[in-house]
Amino acid sequence: MGEFKVHRVRFFDYMPTAIRAMAFNSRTERLALARADGALEIFNFADNYFQEKVIPGQDGRAVEALCWVGQRLFSAGLNGEITEYDLENLRPRYTVEAYGGPIWTISINSQGTLLAVGCEDGTVKMFEILEERIQFQRNLDRQKGRIISLSWHPSGTLIAAGMMDMIRIFDAETGRATHRLLVERGVGASKSREVVVWSIVFLSDHTIVSGDSAGKVQIWDGVTGTLVRTHLVTKWDVLALSVSKDESSLVAGTSEGTVVQFQFISSTVDQQDKEWVRTRTFKNHSHDVRALAHTETAVVSGGMDTQLVVRPLLDKVEKNTQESALRKMSLPHRSLVCCAKKAGLLLFQFPDHLELWRLGESDGHGKPGDSLPVKRKPEKLIQLKRKGEDHICCSALSPCGGWLAYSTVTSFRLYRLQNNNISVTKVSKLPKDLRSAHQLCFSPDSSKLFASSSHSSVIVVGLNQPECKYLHTLKPKSGSRQPVHLLFASEDGKWLATANADCEIHVYNLDKLKLHCTVPVYSSCPTAIAINPTTSNLVAVHADQQIFEFSLVQKEYTEWSRKLQKQGLHSLWLERDTPITRVAFNPKNPAHIILHDMFMFCIIDQSLPLPEAKTPFYNQMTLRSLPEPQRLVHSHAFKICKNFQHLMCVSLLEDHSLVVVERPLLNITSQLPAPVRQKKFAT
Amino acid sequence: MAALYEGYTLCGLAPAQNLLSSGIQGVEAERDSDHVVVTDSTRSVTLYKVSDQKPLSSWTVKQGQTLTCSAVYNSQTKEYVAVSDGKVIRIWKEEEILLDKAFKATVSSDVWRVHCVAGGEPVVLFQRGAVRLLDSLLSAPQQPIEEVLAQEEVIRWSTNIVTESQQVVIFTTEQKGDHFLYLQRLNPNTLQRYRLEREEPGLSPLSFSASCKDKHIRLLYLYPNGHLYQSLVPVRGLGADEGAQALLMPRSLLLALPIGEGLLEAASAQVLDDAHVAVVGVPHPSAGAGKDFLCIWNTNFQTLQAGKEMAGKIYGQLWRYSNKLFIPHGKTLSVIPYEWPKSSLASALGKLRQAKTEESKAPTSVPSWNNILHEEKAHPSRTVETRKTRTNRKSQSAPSLTNDHILELIKTAPVEEVQKEVEVLLSRTDVQGLQPSVGQLASTLVSRSLDDPAFYTPSSLAQLVHTRCLCHSVCPDLVLLALERKDYFLCQLCLQFFPDIPEAVTCACLKAFISMSDVDAEKVSVEPDGFSFMESLMARERGPHGLQNGFSPASIEVDRSDGLGVGGTRAEDTPTEQICPVGLHKAVLLNEILQTAYSDSFLLPHLKDLSSQHVLLFLQYLQFLYLKYSQDAFPQMHGLRSPSLTQIMDWVCLLLDAHFTVLVMTPEAKGLLLNLHSFVKSQVRLVSELGKIEGSLQELNKMKVKKDVGQYSIEVIELF
Repeated sequence: MGEFKVHRVRFFDYMPTAIRAMAFNSRTERLALARADGALEIFNFADNYFQEKVIPGQDGRAVEALCWVGQRLFSAGLNGEITEYDLENLRPRYTVEAYGGPIWTISINSQGTLLAVGCEDGTVKMFEILEERIQFQRNLDRQKGRIISLSWHPSGTLIAAGMMDMIRIFDAETGRATHRLLVERGVGASKSREVVVWSIVFLSDHTIVSGDSAGKVQIWDGVTGTLVRTHLVTKWDVLALSVSKDESSLVAGTSEGTVVQFQFISSTVDQQDKEWVRTRTFKNHSHDVRALAHTETAVVSGGMDTQLVVRPLLDKVEKNTQESALRKMSLPHRSLVCCAKKAGLLLFQFPDHLELWRLGESDGHGKPGDSLPVKRKPEKLIQLKRKGEDHICCSALSPCGGWLAYSTVTSFRLYRLQNNNISVTKVSKLPKDLRSAHQLCFSPDSSKLFASSSHSSVIVVGLNQPECKYLHTLKPKSGSRQPVHLLFASEDGKWLATANADCEIHVYNLDKLKLHCTVPVYSSCPTAIAINPTTSNLVAVHADQQIFEFSLVQKEYTEWSRKLQKQGLHSLWLERDTPITRVAFNPKNPAHIILHDMFMFCIIDQSLPLPEAKTPFYNQMTLRSLPEPQRLVHSHAFKICKNFQHLMCVSLLEDHSLVVVERPLLNITSQLPAPVRQKKFAT
Repeated sequence: MAALYEGYTLCGLAPAQNLLSSGIQGVEAERDSDHVVVTDSTRSVTLYKVSDQKPLSSWTVKQGQTLTCSAVYNSQTKEYVAVSDGKVIRIWKEEEILLDKAFKATVSSDVWRVHCVAGGEPVVLFQRGAVRLLDSLLSAPQQPIEEVLAQEEVIRWSTNIVTESQQVVIFTTEQKGDHFLYLQRLNPNTLQRYRLEREEPGLSPLSFSASCKDKHIRLLYLYPNGHLYQSLVPVRGLGADEGAQALLMPRSLLLALPIGEGLLEAASAQVLDDAHVAVVGVPHPSAGAGKDFLCIWNTNFQTLQAGKEMAGKIYGQLWRYSNKLFIPHGKTLSVIPYEWPKSSLASALGKLRQAKTEESKAPTSVPSWNNILHEEKAHPSRTVETRKTRTNRKSQSAPSLTNDHILELIKTAPVEEVQKEVEVLLSRTDVQGLQPSVGQLASTLVSRSLDDPAFYTPSSLAQLVHTRCLCHSVCPDLVLLALERKDYFLCQLCLQFFPDIPEAVTCACLKAFISMSDVDAEKVSVEPDGFSFMESLMARERGPHGLQNGFSPASIEVDRSDGLGVGGTRAEDTPTEQICPVGLHKAVLLNEILQTAYSDSFLLPHLKDLSSQHVLLFLQYLQFLYLKYSQDAFPQMHGLRSPSLTQIMDWVCLLLDAHFTVLVMTPEAKGLLLNLHSFVKSQVRLVSELGKIEGSLQELNKMKVKKDVGQYSIEVIELF
């Protein structure tokens, strides 16, 4: 196969932010997730948990609660506003001021008509859901103390509110508080502190379940207003509760990072009356579990440690299948690194700034396994702070290293870079069509910029020295309204490929500025696309790990792709749980496809036989130990290298050396604030 | 080990132009082992005195005549017999100078060969397979000779063997690629025909060699692919089916010689004895591809015993008379004396200590020429090597006579004389050449001692053992003899130097040593090395206990007392197990037992014969050793010969295995067993603690391996 010089980069200090809130839409199987910086992410649980959409955050937008209303997504935060999001253009659609101070919680009734928000000033405000917006309807009885949590009774007539030291039950029609349930404070020193009911769940049998800052999960009878049962779950706070759709299972997330499951079962055999019994404890987090979702088959949890964890419930899924495996999603499923192949530059995208680095150099030669002496250290050329309060949603660096572009949801900026004397000049005159982009891409000769816009369209901009000029807007014929999340311009400047959240891949002919073809739509979303510079074949990798190769000339799947589909991918390949986020090619050998996910990078040699189901898949070690002539017998198309872990980017420079950008999870964990103190044995 | 000595030239050769034949028809024995008759391929017969490398007389036929078979010596009539021009038999005596004037008789058919061996009459084998005694043939030379062989069947090789009852002419023939063996018995005449199994197509035997053993004729034949087969044919015929269909001769593969590349062309194998074969013209397995080697193989163990490179072309001819091999090679006929001792397993496995490796240590009490010359070996160079071989040769010819002489002497002479002679012999001969003879010497001494209760030469035997050329299998009775004569010093030496003492004998020694009273033991002189070791070990007994590595015996005391439940009084006086339960000399002898090699499954049954009293004593002694070893800083003084800790432990285990039930039932053993138990327990505890430490240290090691990658590096990887 060969030797590669690898630039192993670990200076990308990417730091994901804490997960604040979650909402699971069981109809569309989408999970909406809000982070501390205000960013929203949509995961498609039906499509291998792919992170389908990302709405960038905004300074000052602190989302405290999320709520799906049908396919509409609402959030509310401590800025006192309710926001509805435009999931097609990946931006807030509008915001409504609730005028009740910071909002702690929102809850929609089961009919999807009324949105209740709990405010700092002690009011529960009702908003009517209209076609295009929401409208304030009325306040419920104002209480002393803030409303921390809310839960509608499924009938829509009652609403329970968790407050300080108590729980209130309101009649939703009259707005009167009908019950007041006093919540006991913690023992000892915390006696003097009021207890916060962080989370509350109103079940259809009028049972109310509450989780509070004294570490209790309490079961109340909502009809009589009496306490049925107290479960002391933790010494710290119970921050989140979530109940399954059939109300037979309930999970509680704590500050210790544990998730405790309760099940509504009869405690002894042959007994009819059921009760809530604490059954299992999961410990998948090191920090607070702030958000929980109970899906049909799994517990989804997230919190301060920034990881999204999907823990399948083993009584709901088949054992020892892919479905039963624990999933942790720690790094984004899209690329935050842009590599200028010719110039040897790296662009790192942070929410509020961009960093431009020049790679180091080494003139040494070494044998495999060696570290070469670094002659020139890598240097940070530019740190570019964004303007405005919106976070950066996408960025790009031209292959020559002469242009840099980024976009937020409201603005677009293009810079001209001079690398020898390191200067940045903002290009002031921009075409007015170019206001915002979901994805950016430069043509390989750096003469054009492609920016994906609304309705899957792509704006083509010509780059000339003094100014830049709008050339064309490429539009697919499908009329899809979904955003384009992948863009790839072929090396010869002839093709541009786009992929959108509707799983469509369109290829445009840039000479004619027309749609060339649409790749047959596959059910899973593309996670990476690229066009082979030699053969003009498009390689697309999907969230379910399938690989397709599509000939742009013949407009059909290539022979190799058919063979691959016929034989099927190796089970170990399919079992990987992170998507391929980049596809690249080796210009020296057109048969080589370079792919990477978070845990490995892989070179597929199309000239070699595909691995059979029984052949050892990860066979690099075996091959290494074999003598030269025998290697060919045992080698197969997939050359997988796991030397580098938690990859953000793998790219091939023009001098055929690889750039590997790592972000070890350990480094992320070490930058997190200290978790709650726990007495460990013998400390 | 068999040994090939430095050869010497008997005569020059006049090989044929094409170098295919050596120019020698045959070498035949003459009156004794020192005389041979060499017949060349043309016209002359020469009598040589081998040790002098000198021709004594020579006879030549007239120009135009040729000798067609090698001349033989009829020791009964002291006449030479040869055949010229196929049909003319010539007989002459040594005094006759001109062959033309000697007796001649013309027979009616072509003669293949005349054979004559000591103790047999001369026999004439005709080319067509008929056999006549020379006397009966000469009585009527023109008698008709029958044709035995078929058309196109030709004789390839023949020999003549005389057993106690019968004279047999053996010859092999070839007919269209098939090979047959004929056995012609004389008086009464019977003929047996066998067919040889075919080897790979196209391969015919290169050489044959026959010997007689246990009324069977043992035939060895070598094929060009290096396979050496053996067939056994009974001397007595089967009788009935004479002349019937040729029987297939059963064969067994004796050796598959390494042949390098290609097939053998000119090679020959010659039987030396039951177990040894001399092979010429076959490559040495460890010396590359050249085929000009003379090797002696042991067929029992398939081991190469000796090898020698022969300069010049090998013609595939090899003769053996007494202990000399005659090989024509290049342009000379060389005589190579050889010798092989009784083969033993130890020597076959190479376990017998080779004198070579011990050379520097060889006792040099008396200065000799050899020693002086050997000291030159300090300058390692090629010239020295040749000189060494030359000195070897010199020394060889002299003691080989003395050797036999001494062997004779041992059988009769009084003790003092034997001792003196052996001493002289040992001091004179260089150790390397001595090895084969030491075995003979020792076994003769032992057998004489066994026969004659008054005869015993302890010092000579000790000297012989000291040469390190002996092993138990060479001289199996030696140890038992020493035990019988209560020569425990010799026993000790044997235990020390013999690598192959059987477990039964070890046990017999153990029994003898342990049952000996300490008073008797004091009288035994023991080997000084072991003695000083034990002495220093016992000296510590009285001194203060050394604290080594923080290990204090007191901690054992504590452990032990909780094991025993007593131990109140133990603290002040030295505990019993700190005192050696046996005397110094006895301890030294027992140590020697501990250090012998053994296999426990063979040893166990013999150990069971020990009485419980002895077992107890031995166990106490072992415990004493073990305590000493584990308390004191012992390994420091291990320059001396001493048993190792594992050896001691193994013996404790063996003894317990063999006698556990007996020991459990013996009341005196209870304390001992409890002590052992508590001691072992404390050791196990220590080891488990050490294991824990090892575990954590290993973790430390692992942590170090993980190198820090840092923020940036340029690495080279390889994908396969």
